[in-house]
Amino acid sequence: MTPQLLIAAALCLPLLVAVSVALFGKVPTLREGVTIAGAVALFAVVIQLTLLVAGGARPELYIGETVPGLAIAFKLEPLGALFALVASGLWIVNSFYSIGYMRGNRERNQTRFYIWFALALSGAMGVAMAGNLFTLFIFYEVLTLSTYPLVAHKGDAAAQRGARTYLLTLLGTSICFFLMAIMWTWVVAGQRLDFIEGGLLADAGLSPFVSSALLVLFVFGVGKAALMPFHFWLPSAMVAPTPVSALLHAVAVVKAGVFTVMKISVYIFGFDLLQATPARDVLLGVAGFTIIAASLIALRQDNLKARLAYSTIAQLAYVTLGALLAVEAGALGGSLQIAAHAAAKITLFMCAGAIYVATGLTTVSSMQGLGRKMPLVFTAFLIASFSIIGLPPFGGMWPKYELLQGAADASTAWIPAVLIVSALLNIAYLLPVAILGLMPLPGTPPAKEFKRPGGAPVLTVAAPLFTAALCVVLFMAAGPIGDFLRPAFAAGSVPGLEDLR
Amino acid sequence: MILEPVLTSAPDWAVRHAAVLVVVVPMLLAPLLALSPSNRLAWILTVAGTAAAFWFSLILLAIIQEVPGSAISYALGNWEPPIGIEFRVDALNAMILVLITGMGALASFIAWPTLAAEFKGERLNLLLCAFLLCFAGLAGVAATGDAFNLFVFLEVSSLATYVLVAMGAGKDRRALPAAFSYLVMGTLGASFYVIGIGLLYAATGTLNMADIAEQMPGLSGNRSVQAGLAFILVGLGLKAAMWPLHQWLPNAYAYAPGFVSMFLSATATKVALYSLIRWLFTIFQPDLAFESAVLQWVLAPLAMAAMVICSVQAIFQTDVRRMLAYSSVAQVGYILLAISVGTAAGVSAGLLHLFTHALMKGALFMAVAGICFAYQGSTIRDFAGLGRSAPFTMAAFAIAGLSLIGVPLTAGFISKLQLGYALLDQGWWWAAVVLVFASFLSVIYIGRVLQAVFFEPPLNPRKNNKEAPLLLLIPLWILALVNIFYGIDAGFPAGLAADGAAAALGLGAAQ
Repeated sequence: MTPQLLIAAALCLPLLVAVSVALFGKVPTLREGVTIAGAVALFAVVIQLTLLVAGGARPELYIGETVPGLAIAFKLEPLGALFALVASGLWIVNSFYSIGYMRGNRERNQTRFYIWFALALSGAMGVAMAGNLFTLFIFYEVLTLSTYPLVAHKGDAAAQRGARTYLLTLLGTSICFFLMAIMWTWVVAGQRLDFIEGGLLADAGLSPFVSSALLVLFVFGVGKAALMPFHFWLPSAMVAPTPVSALLHAVAVVKAGVFTVMKISVYIFGFDLLQATPARDVLLGVAGFTIIAASLIALRQDNLKARLAYSTIAQLAYVTLGALLAVEAGALGGSLQIAAHAAAKITLFMCAGAIYVATGLTTVSSMQGLGRKMPLVFTAFLIASFSIIGLPPFGGMWPKYELLQGAADASTAWIPAVLIVSALLNIAYLLPVAILGLMPLPGTPPAKEFKRPGGAPVLTVAAPLFTAALCVVLFMAAGPIGDFLRPAFAAGSVPGLEDLR
Repeated sequence: MILEPVLTSAPDWAVRHAAVLVVVVPMLLAPLLALSPSNRLAWILTVAGTAAAFWFSLILLAIIQEVPGSAISYALGNWEPPIGIEFRVDALNAMILVLITGMGALASFIAWPTLAAEFKGERLNLLLCAFLLCFAGLAGVAATGDAFNLFVFLEVSSLATYVLVAMGAGKDRRALPAAFSYLVMGTLGASFYVIGIGLLYAATGTLNMADIAEQMPGLSGNRSVQAGLAFILVGLGLKAAMWPLHQWLPNAYAYAPGFVSMFLSATATKVALYSLIRWLFTIFQPDLAFESAVLQWVLAPLAMAAMVICSVQAIFQTDVRRMLAYSSVAQVGYILLAISVGTAAGVSAGLLHLFTHALMKGALFMAVAGICFAYQGSTIRDFAGLGRSAPFTMAAFAIAGLSLIGVPLTAGFISKLQLGYALLDQGWWWAAVVLVFASFLSVIYIGRVLQAVFFEPPLNPRKNNKEAPLLLLIPLWILALVNIFYGIDAGFPAGLAADGAAAALGLGAAQ
């Protein structure tokens, strides 16, 4: 297949899945079979594309102009390929998990669930492959709107309230700030919005004030990156069924946000302009504050999904931090974090969902000793926790290493301190869940019987185990991934991963 | 050219007289309707009349597009302008004509199913006669090149509109005060406009627009010209529902019969806005110091006030039709803001938004008309759960609503984006801030309805399973799909708007 066709296939396959799911909605097995077949096909297509990108090609697809100057165009580069790979690969795992979860939980409106899920994936693919800001914005909003029905899935008052917060925050930030920044970029960049290596605005001769204002608008406008104070939509979104939280609010949606920030840093501003932008230092501070503050809030959450959501906010700020450092190691660290955090956090969410299906429990305090009855789930949780903390031999280690390196290159002394404190806080809010689950304190009453006879469905246990294993693989594969990504940050020759091999 | 086939297939007489036929055909059909023996015949004649007018405007557009920057001048009764009345069609009003005749044709199409339900067994031919007169008047305003003739057509359409709004009294008596207040305000507007023309006539001695425009450069310091501009601005501002002269609009739209609301929302204020553009840019020149001050210090603040205040008011409405009406005033604000930039990009963005707003607000009011007569209620509570019982109607409503918000891949997004560019290009970042903020407010008021429609249980489950009739669904979905299509490929309306702006500003136009 030609590269154009591959990109078109990556965008259309999820749509095709959505249509087929709608057609086969009456036959659950067929409906879910179609979802998995579509996910596998999408993953295969994305792998093909990734191989092309690894070979130095930049597959493009040009659809046309809506009005002169505003083109719908796609161009895949290493960052986008990584994001697409993560989202489509984990979609397969998540589809298996969804079957177990949705059936085990006897959720209603399952057909609607699978339809919107597929549409959301289409949005994620569009974001990953967008060739300019205009196209990216279109799919960014597709992703927002298609995930709204998923958040509101339960339909009760709490779900509606959560979904409303979700939609208003994401649409509000994107319309008020992101769109504004895009329009402004269009004007100052000479009526162009393309992603250009070295930065679209690099030679636009912006005054420090304008570039600062633009950067602030961009970074806060991409509300999906969940930088404080626009983070509260993410805890609100936790009313969604757990597969949604797992794939969308730990992988596709939030990663689309930080991925967008990364793209803007690399391809719109470029490292040189970003370093010369005064607001960058302030925003670095905001990112650092988000990391610490969200971790502290996570510490106080008893609801497991809420705790994971705040943990996600903190971990996303790592990527924003890496993007804003505007050095190669920082951007590399941020990009690796996209993959490493995805694998770890989807594991944690899937474990939380498995526990919920089996026992109906949602709070951390009620899960003490539960690990004795669900050892596999809690082991997967423990491994993913290690990865989030950044211990070897798990994938979460490399991003932190690279971010430290980037902080040193950018000579910002306080960032290492933030990263270390954050790692300690991670230990404090994640490890007790798994450890107290597996080894309860003496005197803890034994865990109650399963609510669902037979415990968690097999699929909801196998899926997190698989992704936990992925955390280890990511540790091993960091070198090749780094080599794959490095051409994206062409400028600069800062020592990266190759010294380690 | 897409419109080439229209021109080649049209007979010779149609091509030669299209400029006048677009007005005359519906106007002559109207009295025939009053004599029509049956409702159905009257309706068929109405559809035929509006469709014919639409065809003539397409011919006009095709002629204009053949030679970029050209204009068609048609001397009524062979009295050469400036002595006689001239119909003058260039890229600007060709676009407006296509828009209003097209929306009028769709409105007349849905007149039958909605009226048949709202007025069971009554004689409808007089109502349709008023509709056709209103339609002819609006087309006349758009086609004429004579300042006083414009006033006459404006009154023809307005008088017919008062009748149309008052006809809503059968369902809701509040239509009567709404029509009366519209009558008072509309008459005031018309009077102001006439006074303005009088002052200009005193200064220039002519009523032909092109003729006035020619004399304008020599009159830049003339006080009576300046006063004339002020009067015309207020007069047309009243008709266009420019904030704070919009008080008549929400009630008129809310209580008129369903298809009338749809027609008025898509055309009436648009025609007044067109005349405003014509006066501000073709006749008066924006480089007059006086006028640029008016644009920046009067029009722009009023426009921004409308965008914010009326959007907030829309949020607090319980009746969906009133909410849409307040949203219309806010959208008029968007268009006026674009106009007040005063550049070609600004006017072009304003025209594009005028075009797309007609598409989306037409679709929204059409969907509401379809729902209201089936359910006998138009509050947001009445809309709860309709997503299940009327999925097709409500899906189209949702598409148009998203377009109103300005979600990507809908026409509304493109026009707002163009507007934003035009503002930032002039360095009006404060106006761009208001633009995005008002868009955010529209998320809230549309979101409230959509949430009720798709996520809340129905208020009264007995009234389930009532989709709008097919005769309404077809034009509704045409509009909804056009909204999406122009969100993906906006080349056609954007080209029309750019040509129209060039014609309005006299750039590259063969005067």
